[in-house]
Amino acid sequence: MRLDGKGQIDRNSPVSFSFDGRRYQGFAGDTLASALLAHDVRLVARSFKYHRPRGVLTAGSEEPNALVTVGQGAAQDPNIRATTLELFDGLEARSQNRWPSLEWDLLALNDLGAPFLGAGFYYKTFMWPRAFWEKLYEPVIRRAAGLGALSGQHNADTYERAHAHCDLLVIGAGPAGLMAAKLAADSGADVILCDEDTRTGGRLNADTQEIDGLPGALWAEEITAELAAMENVRIMTRTTVTGAYDGGTYGALERLPHAVASRKGAPKETFWRIVAGQAVLAAGALERPVAFRNNDRPGIMMASAVRAYVNRWAVSPGRAVTLFGNTDSIHRTAADLIDAGVHVAALIDARPDATCDLDLRFYPGGQVCDSAGRKGLEAISIATPSGIDKIQTDCLAMSGGWNPSVHLTCHMNGRPVWNPEIAAFVPQPGMVPGLTAAGACNGQFSTHQCLTDGLTAATTALQALGRRAAALKSPRAEDTPYAITPLWSVPGKGRAWLDFQNDVTVKDVKQAATENFRSVEHMKRYTTQGMATDQGKSSNTAALAVLADATGRSIPGTGTTTFRPPYVPTAIAAMGAHAQGTGFAPQRFTTSHRASLDAGAPMIEAGLWYRPSVFPAPGETHWRQSCDREVGMVRNAVGVCDVSTLGKIDIQGPDAAKLLDFVYTNRFSSLKPGRCRYGLMLREDGHVMDDGTTARLGEHHYVMTTTTAAAAQVMRHLEFTHQALHPEWDVSLISVTEQWAQFAVAGPKSRDLLNGLLDKPLSNDNFPFMACGPASIKGTKARLFRISFSGEQAYEIAVPARFGDSLFRQLVARAETLDGGAYGMEALNVLRIEKGFLTHAELHGRTTAFDLGMARMISDAKDCIGKTAAQRPGLTDPDREQLVGLKPVGAIKQLTAGAHLFTAGDAPTRENAQGYVTSVAFSPTLGHFMGLAFVQRGPARLGEVITLVDHLRGITTRVEICDPVFFDQDGGRARG
Amino acid sequence: MRIICPHCGARDRREFTYQGDAVALERPAPDAGGAAWDDYLHNRENPAGVTRDLWYHEQGCGAWLVVTRNTVTHAVLTTDLAATVREGLA
Amino acid sequence: MRFSGLRVLKEGLTGNTGWTPHWRDPEPKSDYDVIIIGGGGHGLSTAYYLARNHGITNVAVLEKGYVGGGNVGRNTTIVRANYFLPGNSEFYSHSLKLWEGLEHDLNYNVMHSQRGLINLFHSDGQRDAFARRGNAMINQGDDAVLLDREGVRKHLPYLDFDNTRFPVYGGLLHPRGGTARHDAVAWGYARGADTRGVDLIQNCEVTGIDIENGTVKGVQTTRGTIRAKKVAMVVAGRSGQVAAMAGMRLPIESHILQAFVTEGIKPVINHVVSFGMGHFYISQSDKGGLVFGGDLDFYASYAQRGNLPMMEHVMEAGMTLMPMIGKAKVLRSWGGVMDMSPDGSPVIDKTDIGGLFLNCGWNYGGFKAVPASGWATAHLIATGTPHDTAAGFRLDRFRTGRGLMDEEGTGSQHNLH
Repeated sequence: MRLDGKGQIDRNSPVSFSFDGRRYQGFAGDTLASALLAHDVRLVARSFKYHRPRGVLTAGSEEPNALVTVGQGAAQDPNIRATTLELFDGLEARSQNRWPSLEWDLLALNDLGAPFLGAGFYYKTFMWPRAFWEKLYEPVIRRAAGLGALSGQHNADTYERAHAHCDLLVIGAGPAGLMAAKLAADSGADVILCDEDTRTGGRLNADTQEIDGLPGALWAEEITAELAAMENVRIMTRTTVTGAYDGGTYGALERLPHAVASRKGAPKETFWRIVAGQAVLAAGALERPVAFRNNDRPGIMMASAVRAYVNRWAVSPGRAVTLFGNTDSIHRTAADLIDAGVHVAALIDARPDATCDLDLRFYPGGQVCDSAGRKGLEAISIATPSGIDKIQTDCLAMSGGWNPSVHLTCHMNGRPVWNPEIAAFVPQPGMVPGLTAAGACNGQFSTHQCLTDGLTAATTALQALGRRAAALKSPRAEDTPYAITPLWSVPGKGRAWLDFQNDVTVKDVKQAATENFRSVEHMKRYTTQGMATDQGKSSNTAALAVLADATGRSIPGTGTTTFRPPYVPTAIAAMGAHAQGTGFAPQRFTTSHRASLDAGAPMIEAGLWYRPSVFPAPGETHWRQSCDREVGMVRNAVGVCDVSTLGKIDIQGPDAAKLLDFVYTNRFSSLKPGRCRYGLMLREDGHVMDDGTTARLGEHHYVMTTTTAAAAQVMRHLEFTHQALHPEWDVSLISVTEQWAQFAVAGPKSRDLLNGLLDKPLSNDNFPFMACGPASIKGTKARLFRISFSGEQAYEIAVPARFGDSLFRQLVARAETLDGGAYGMEALNVLRIEKGFLTHAELHGRTTAFDLGMARMISDAKDCIGKTAAQRPGLTDPDREQLVGLKPVGAIKQLTAGAHLFTAGDAPTRENAQGYVTSVAFSPTLGHFMGLAFVQRGPARLGEVITLVDHLRGITTRVEICDPVFFDQDGGRARG
Repeated sequence: MRIICPHCGARDRREFTYQGDAVALERPAPDAGGAAWDDYLHNRENPAGVTRDLWYHEQGCGAWLVVTRNTVTHAVLTTDLAATVREGLA
Repeated sequence: MRFSGLRVLKEGLTGNTGWTPHWRDPEPKSDYDVIIIGGGGHGLSTAYYLARNHGITNVAVLEKGYVGGGNVGRNTTIVRANYFLPGNSEFYSHSLKLWEGLEHDLNYNVMHSQRGLINLFHSDGQRDAFARRGNAMINQGDDAVLLDREGVRKHLPYLDFDNTRFPVYGGLLHPRGGTARHDAVAWGYARGADTRGVDLIQNCEVTGIDIENGTVKGVQTTRGTIRAKKVAMVVAGRSGQVAAMAGMRLPIESHILQAFVTEGIKPVINHVVSFGMGHFYISQSDKGGLVFGGDLDFYASYAQRGNLPMMEHVMEAGMTLMPMIGKAKVLRSWGGVMDMSPDGSPVIDKTDIGGLFLNCGWNYGGFKAVPASGWATAHLIATGTPHDTAAGFRLDRFRTGRGLMDEEGTGSQHNLH
C-alpha cells in the first residue's frame, strides 16, 4: 500500500503500466516492484524448479525472485528484475515460467514431487530405456527449464559500446563512494563515479540517518551537485560496473532511461570499457535471508528492502508486518514502519540478549520456524522457549546480517577472507591490483565508517596516482556498532530455502554433504546453489555455512565464495554492440568495386575483401555460362581482372636481398633489376606458408606479392624475421596493398590492349615474360609486371589507388573492343587449375614443398626459414600425399573438391584412403572436369585409374591420375 | 590487459598480436641438430609465473616486442624492442 | 549403491535418508600399482578403465583440489567426432561410441544429448574443406551431412541469412554430435572408479616425482611420499609444471579459453552451432542457459580468466550470426587453461623414464575425448603398448615430423590452434 508524505517518487507524475495484462498506476520514480507492492500485488513470479509462488525479495539488482518479461515482438526482453526496472508510461510487464497463468501454474505440481526432485536426482535416473533420454525426458526437462523466453526475432534495438579513461574510477555512489569521489576530485584527479541506481546516495536513499544534520539523501544530493559541477568529474548513474579486468580495465553496463532510449537511434544500453589508473570499490553490502521452513513465500522479504520501499518509494509491503533476524536492521525497519504508521505485528530477534525500545510485541531469542499462505504470506510460526506462537502477518521482513559486495574483488581470482566479527567475507587488499575497497563492501557498516573509509581509500588511490590528497573532513554521521549472532538456518523439518530462484534448500545442501560433495564447488555444482541469475548474491554464504555445519568444519575451513564477471547479467547485444549485420568485421572494397557492381557482377567475400565472382553477359542465367565464356575470352582474346587484393609489400634497403633470400626458399639476390620471380615461402616448421611473385624494381628495391589471405601474416613474418632475427640488416618494409590498384590483363591480345593505353608501347623483346618496370599512362606513373596466373601472355598493371576505378573501366572498355572483357573469381580459378597453379586450397598449411613437387625450389646453397624443419624425415617421406591432377574416366564426369581417393577396388574407409581432392573445375578449354589432388606417392602413379568417392554428394567415379598442369605444359603461351 | 609499447606508450591489448615464447629470437644454426630444433620449434618452459614472450604492435608502430609478464596474474612487468634484445644476444 | 528411478522413488518416500557417498575419501596408502596424477576427466576415466578393462584396482588418483575441478568442469560440454586427419579420426570416433553407452556403463546420467552439431561455412573454399572433413568422417564410419544454405535454414531458421557480414553458404551437419553435462561426467567416472576400488585422494598435490636409474618409483605429495610402479601424468592445464618434476620439457603452451553462459531461457537453440569465421560456437543447456565460447585470449596464461577483447569479440560474433540472442543476458564468464600443442592434437605416450606415462596437449578438445582418452591411457599403462585408436598421439612426432595432426593447418605455433 502507498504511504502518504514520504519518498522520492513524484506524485505529480502518474505513470500507467500493466502487469500480466492488468493495468495499474504508479508514479515517476517507482520501480515495477514498488509500484506493484503499492497495489498489494505480492505474487509476481514462479521459482525455477518447483514453480513455487514468489514475491519481491529485495529492492536491488540482487533480486532472485521478481523477474519479468517486458515488451512485445522483437523488443521482448526476458528476465528483467522488477526491482530495478524503472516504471515508464505504457510499460507492459508479464510474469514468466508459468502455464497457463501465474495464479494457476500447472508445473506447481513439481512442488508435490519435491521429495523425488532433490539435489542431483537427474543424475540417478532417466536412463531407461536408453533412447528415452533424448526422445522423452530431455525434451520435457528442456521445456520446463528456463525462465523467460527470447522472441526468436532478430534484435531490433540499438546498443552501443564506448570507452572511457580516468585517473580514478569510483564504483558505487553511496556515502563511501561519494566521499572518495569528492576527495579525489578536490585533489585534481579525473574521476568517474558509477552507480547502478538511478540516483546517487546508495542506502542513504533507503534509510533515515542524517549526515551533518541533513537527511542522508539530501546530503547525497548536495555533494552530488558539487561533484557534477566539477569539470574533472563524470557521474554515471544507471551504470553497473560488471567486471574487473587486467591493466585497470573495467567493464560497465549503462542502461539508458526509457525516455532517452525510446528516441530514434538512441541506444537502450551502452557497454563501457573504462580504463582507470586506480579504482575505489564502494559497492556496499547486501542483506542476506535466514533459512527457515517455507521462507520463500510472497511477502517475506529483506528488512533492508522493506525500509527502502517505505522510505524511498512510500510503499508498505504489508499491513501487518513482522520482523525476524539477528541484527539491528530489523529494529531500524520496525521503527521506520511505525513512523510511517504501519502496524508492526511482532519483532523476533534471534539474539537471546536482544533488547527493544519500540512499543511492539517482541521475541528476544525467538526464531521463525514456519510460514503459511500459499500465494502470499498469511502467518508465521515462532519458536519460543515456551512453545510455538502463530502470528497473522502479510509481510515478514528478515535480516540474517550483511554480506559485503566483494564480487568485483574476486574477478581476478582473489579470494575474500572470513571476518568472524561480522560473520561475513571481506576483501583482502590487492585482490585486484589498483582497486581499494571502502565502506560496507569493506566490512565497514556504520555510516560514519563508510564516510571515513571512503576518504581513506581515496587517499590510498591518490598516493598511487602520485597526487597529494586535498583536505576534506568526514561529516558527522551515526556510528552504531554492528552486532550479529550468526543465524543461517532455523532447525526443523520441512524445506528451508537458500537459493530462492533455483529452489535449493538446506536439505539439498545436507544431502550433497552426505553424498560426499563436501567441497564448496562440488556442493554448488551438485545442488545448483548459486547458479541462478543472481549468482548466489544472497544465498552463497548461508549455503556455505550450512555445508560447514553438515561436514563439521568451520566456515573458512570449508571454503570461500567467489564470483565471476559480470556482476549483473549483461545483454549479449550490449557487449557485442555494432556487430549485428555487417559490423562484425571490416569490409574491404577494391577500387573496381563500383565498376563491378555497375557491370552486374555478384560480389563474394574473399577474407575481408569483396571480389566479383563473374561478370554476367546479357542472357546468361547461370554462373557457369559466364565463367566458361570468361575463360574462353582469356584463352582467345583478353580479360581484365582486379588483383589488388593480393598483398603487396614494398621492401627497400641495402639488405633487402638478404631478407628475401632468407624468407624465400629460392634466391632473390640473383634476380636482376627489372625482373620478377616466383617465390615459395615456408613457415619455420617446414610447411609452406605462402607463395607469390616478387619483383626487383631496383638494386635495393623489391615489391613482394602475397596471396590475398596471407597478406597480414606474411607482413608480420617479414617484420619478425627482420626485427627479431636480423635487426642488423638495413632494410625497411611497408605494406602497400591499399596504395596500389593492380589489374591483370591476360590473353593473347593483352599486349594489344595495353599498347593502346601505355605512353610507351611494349614488345615481347623489350618487356619479356617475368619482366617488370615503370610505365606511364597519359603521364600517370604506373608499374608493369609481365606475370601470369592464367598461363596466357599476361601483364599486371599497377597504378596509385586513386586511379584504379578509372583505369579498370578503361581496361575493360578496351578489352571489349578486342572481344574480351572483365573476368571474375570463377574464371580466375578455372584458369589457374588448368595450369596447375596453387591457391590456399593446396597451400592449406599442412603441405610441404615436397608435397607440391617443389622440393627443388629449396636452395641447397643457402639457409632459409623452414629449411631445417622441412628436412625432418616425416616431411620428406615418399609415402606422403603429393600433388597430382585428376581427369574423369568413369561414367560420372563430375569431380568434387573434398572427395577422397581410393585405389580401385578398395572400400572407401579411412584405412584405405589414398588422398583427397582440393580443387575442381570444368575446363571449357579441355571440355571436361579436372581436379587437383593430393595422392600418396602421386607423381609415381601417373596414368593409374583410382576411385573418387564423395559420400556427402553421392558421387563415386573413376579418375585418372595425371600431371597437375592440364594445359600448355611447356608454358609457351605465357612467354609468347 | 594493457601493454606498454616503447614507442607508443600504454596501449590496449587488442592492438597487439601475440606470438609466443621469446625463445623464438634464438634461432639455432641449421646444423644444430634435431634436438636443438625441436626445442626451438616446440618445447617450452611454459612457466606459471614470469615469462618473456613476443608481441607485435600490429595496429600501431609495427614493432616486435619482448614482453616480460606474469602468466598467473597477467601483470605486465617490462617491455623491450625485440630488435634490441636480439642485438644483445648476438 | 545402484542408481535408478526406483531408488529415487524409494528414497523420496523415505525422506531421502538412505543416500550414500558418491565416493570415499580414503587416506593415501604408501604403495600403489599405478598412480594417476590429476583427478580431472581424463585422470578419472583412466582410473576407471584401468579397473574396468584391465582389472588393475590398486590405483590412486591424486588431485590437488577436488575431483573434476579443472577443465572438465569448465568447458562448453560439446561432444563430437568430426575430425578428419588419420590419428584423430579413429580416436574421436571411438570416444563418441563410448559416450553413447556411458550412462549405462557408469550407471550415471551424464545427459549425453545427440542434438546434432552444425559447422557453418561461408565460402566455396570452406565448403570444399568441410566436404573433405565430412567425407573423412564417413570413411571413419561416423555420420555427416552436407547442407546447403536452405538446408541450414531448415535447421537454424533463426540465423541472420539476409544481413550479415559473412553470409551462410551451408553447413556440415554431424547428427551424432551434441553435448553432455560436464560435471556429471567427472562424477560418474569418479564414482565408477571408486566403486571398483580406486582411491581418489583429493587435496593432495604432487610436489615431486621420484625417479631412480631412469625408472619412476613414486611421487612426493603434500600428504607424504607415495610409491608406485607406474605413474601417469594426466594434468592438462598444468602439464608443463608436473613434467618438469620429471625433468621434462613439453611441447605445450598454456592458454586461456573463455566461455560464457546466459540466464536460463526457454528452448531456442536445439543444436550445437559452430561459426568458424567468427570463432563462435553455441548450444543451449537443459537448464536453459545459452552456453557459448570463442577463440583463445591469445597469450600464455594460467589465470583461468580472460579479458574483454575476446569476450566482446565472441558477443559480436553471436550478434552477426544470430541476432535473436541479443537480449539473452550473460550470467557468468570463466576461463579454462588449455594445453596447446604445436599441431593442435594431444599426446598419449610413454616417456623416456620407465613407468612414467604422459597424457596432455588436449588443446580445446579435451572434454569430448574423456572416455577414449582414459580408455587408451589405461591400455597403454596396463599393456605397455598404445591402443590402436591412439597410436598417433606420439610425443616424438614433432621432432620427426611424422604423423602430425594439424587439423587447422596453422603449424608449430601453440597459440594458433
